[in-house]
Amino acid sequence: MPEPFGLLAELTYRCPLACSYCSNPLELAAYDDELTTAQWQRVFTEAAELGVLQCHLSGGEPLLRRDLVDLVRTAAGLGMYTNLVTSAIGLSRSRAEGLRDAGLDHVQVSVQADEPATADRIAGIPAFERKLRAAAVVKELGWPLTVNVVLHRQNVDRVAEIIALVEDLDADRVELANTQYYGWAWRNRAALLPSREQLAGAEEVVRAARARLAGRMEIVHVLPDYYAEYPKPCMGGWAARQLTVAPNGDALPCPAAQTLPLPRASVRDQSLRAIWEDSPLFTAYRGTGWMRDPCRSCDRRETDFGGCRCQAFQLTGDAARTDPVCHLSPDHALVTDAVEAANAPAGRDEVLVPRPHRG
Amino acid sequence: MPGDGRPRLTRHVRMRFDATRERHVLLGPESVIVLNPTGADILGLCDGRRTVSEVATELQARYDRVVDDEVAAFLDRLVTRRCVEIDDA
Ligand code: SF4
Ligand code: SF4
Repeated sequence: MPEPFGLLAELTYRCPLACSYCSNPLELAAYDDELTTAQWQRVFTEAAELGVLQCHLSGGEPLLRRDLVDLVRTAAGLGMYTNLVTSAIGLSRSRAEGLRDAGLDHVQVSVQADEPATADRIAGIPAFERKLRAAAVVKELGWPLTVNVVLHRQNVDRVAEIIALVEDLDADRVELANTQYYGWAWRNRAALLPSREQLAGAEEVVRAARARLAGRMEIVHVLPDYYAEYPKPCMGGWAARQLTVAPNGDALPCPAAQTLPLPRASVRDQSLRAIWEDSPLFTAYRGTGWMRDPCRSCDRRETDFGGCRCQAFQLTGDAARTDPVCHLSPDHALVTDAVEAANAPAGRDEVLVPRPHRG
Repeated sequence: MPGDGRPRLTRHVRMRFDATRERHVLLGPESVIVLNPTGADILGLCDGRRTVSEVATELQARYDRVVDDEVAAFLDRLVTRRCVEIDDA
């Protein structure tokens, strides 16, 4: 049995922003009944006992949890490396100091674009200036700063300006991650999927920036898997290295797994260990035994694990099929059709559907 | 890898012993590195005061074999992954 390294604690799906690329589930109201402080603390303790070493506090916007400082203190006290994944809305200096004193190790701030008009249009509310101030607070308090930018059709042409902004913020690390099509991003896929030409342009900019900033700022660039030949490895394998707990206590092998037609596993009913070791949601696609061809006989099966189960389910209705992103998948046309539409010469004017913000 | 540089962990990573895996681990924002005992010994000596050569000499005494190349290669890999930084003399 593998031992998990990381816990993604999605503390709440409430969020002051309304990003149309959000991968939170569409049925946000189903998660309003959030775990209590004591329940989360129990989850952290059980996670540490399972071998978890890293705790990502995420959401939604985790700063909307009033007990965030207590939760950080518990996770840090268990020896876990604690990482706050935040829009930074609500990260005042005093709040930040409280988190630092509780032992928070690292802060990752999301930024939507390099200038207010685009950024605020993507985020659904005017948030840009507040984010910049919060990022400065992160640096002032001596934390390493990672800036995360989700790239898509609407902002990828400005990647040079985005990198310049991140440089101004004196970030240690920037993640330029193309959208993953789950939740709200799935609904908005046509408006978010970039064209081949856009991607080539961005790649060139990133290559030059990497050379220029070597040793000063690390640039992680995650390309959209729709344009790749092979799928992305599923988080080091299904239920192999990571687990997620959703705001309502549902335990998941990955944050997109809510959609799969398997019985729910909740930390309200069972220990994390029982879920990790025995629940069908976790055991169904662990290892390679579940695979069919072409994955079963493919020599990349231990490299990419057949790709993403959630994407396979989303695109084909069957989570045990090969990820259609793979060019060997019999369903690959589902991906190439979407790519073709994104590159149609007529150009499209798709409208972004914001996820509703819930505060 | 200059022998007179002084290696230390970068400030965003932390080393600790993990009882589950019975290994030292290096924890950072996006990575967990499970260390073998030699790696843990090397990093245990990287305090920003000892030089790379001094780290190697101390380990050599401990293990009773030459470890210069091993130490340099190991630190080099961690510098690339931004877990270790070297202060020049
Ligand atoms: S709406 Fe935006 S900031 Fe909020 S959780 Fe979704 S992606 Fe993150
Ligand atoms: S066939 Fe399956 S295992 Fe092989 S590359 Fe494609 S997704 Fe990966």
